[in-house]
Amino acid sequence: MSLGHLNQTLATWSPAQLDLVGDVLEVIRAPHPVLATEGATVDPLDPVMIALAADLVATMRVSPGCVGLAAPQVGVAAQMFALDVTGHPKTRTCHGVFVLCNAVVLEASRQEKAREGCMSVPDLTGDVKRATRLTVTGTLPGTTDEITLSTDAFEARAIQHELDHCAGKLFLDRVAGAHAIYPRQVYL
Amino acid sequence: MDAARFARMSQLAVTVIGPDRPGIIADVTEVLAQVGVNLEDSTMTLLRGHFAMMIVCSGPFEPVKEALEPLRGELVITVRQMGPETTHAPIGAPYILSVHGADRPGIVSAVTRMIASVGGTVTDLTTRLSGALYVLTAEVEIPPKAELEMLQRALEITADELGVGVTLRPAESDDL
Repeated sequence: MSLGHLNQTLATWSPAQLDLVGDVLEVIRAPHPVLATEGATVDPLDPVMIALAADLVATMRVSPGCVGLAAPQVGVAAQMFALDVTGHPKTRTCHGVFVLCNAVVLEASRQEKAREGCMSVPDLTGDVKRATRLTVTGTLPGTTDEITLSTDAFEARAIQHELDHCAGKLFLDRVAGAHAIYPRQVYL
Repeated sequence: MDAARFARMSQLAVTVIGPDRPGIIADVTEVLAQVGVNLEDSTMTLLRGHFAMMIVCSGPFEPVKEALEPLRGELVITVRQMGPETTHAPIGAPYILSVHGADRPGIVSAVTRMIASVGGTVTDLTTRLSGALYVLTAEVEIPPKAELEMLQRALEITADELGVGVTLRPAESDDL
């Protein structure tokens, strides 16, 4: 496996290919049942799902600090998420902005613990152990080809966080111990 | 100070709760050090903004009580003598229990009752209320004789009834 080697289809993908302007949707917060519901697999060619992909990107774009957003976070229990870790200091390999449908982990290794937050749990953060080397397959919205992506560091963490959402899980289900959840610190 | 009283060292439990301000730990431990207390295990946190600390220490009971007297008022302080230490070997493998969902009375009691019913014990637990979201995270030990699958099922049923989500998974530890 050649780590850090970009999947060019993914890296060159742009939301413009959806040919739609997405709507900014309300981000759902826990406790809401949709966040605890396992997402259904989606048909990447379904116009409703293509519109959802555009909405996820649009909503992610207007949310400060947001590097990923999964369909359940906008109220749809479906296996789709948008991601963009561009410019984050912990990012190494970076595929830019993309949306994946029905993504599945093929390989995950080199677990490391780090603190994460979530727009759906805005007032808490938690220490979560996740793989820092990751290979997943999935399908871009509006296409049928399954693509495989290998990544590392922050992009790997963000993908696993979004895959958890797609499975009806939150980072709260994976925290490393009884003292691994923290109130989010905001300095005034 | 009376040397005879100093000689009677015992294990003490000191609790301190009150409105938070800078310097509480420094004030309390300074007073304890002055009467010859040796701090053993302690924990401190903020619970909805209240300062909360528990200390197990060895020291002379009466002098410790007297020394802490000036700090009472804003702070609620208790000092008790403890029985012999009751540390025991783990009763089983460690697991991490996570529960989260809409806040309602009875979540902690219902879930911890399930753990107790299989002979499991909680070794560490925190809960947080964040808006409408209630979050419980606990470290528990489950005895080897317990039927883990049955426990998982029972926890899920209990969680469903409470309208919350529950996860019980092995605690990982990396020995380096």
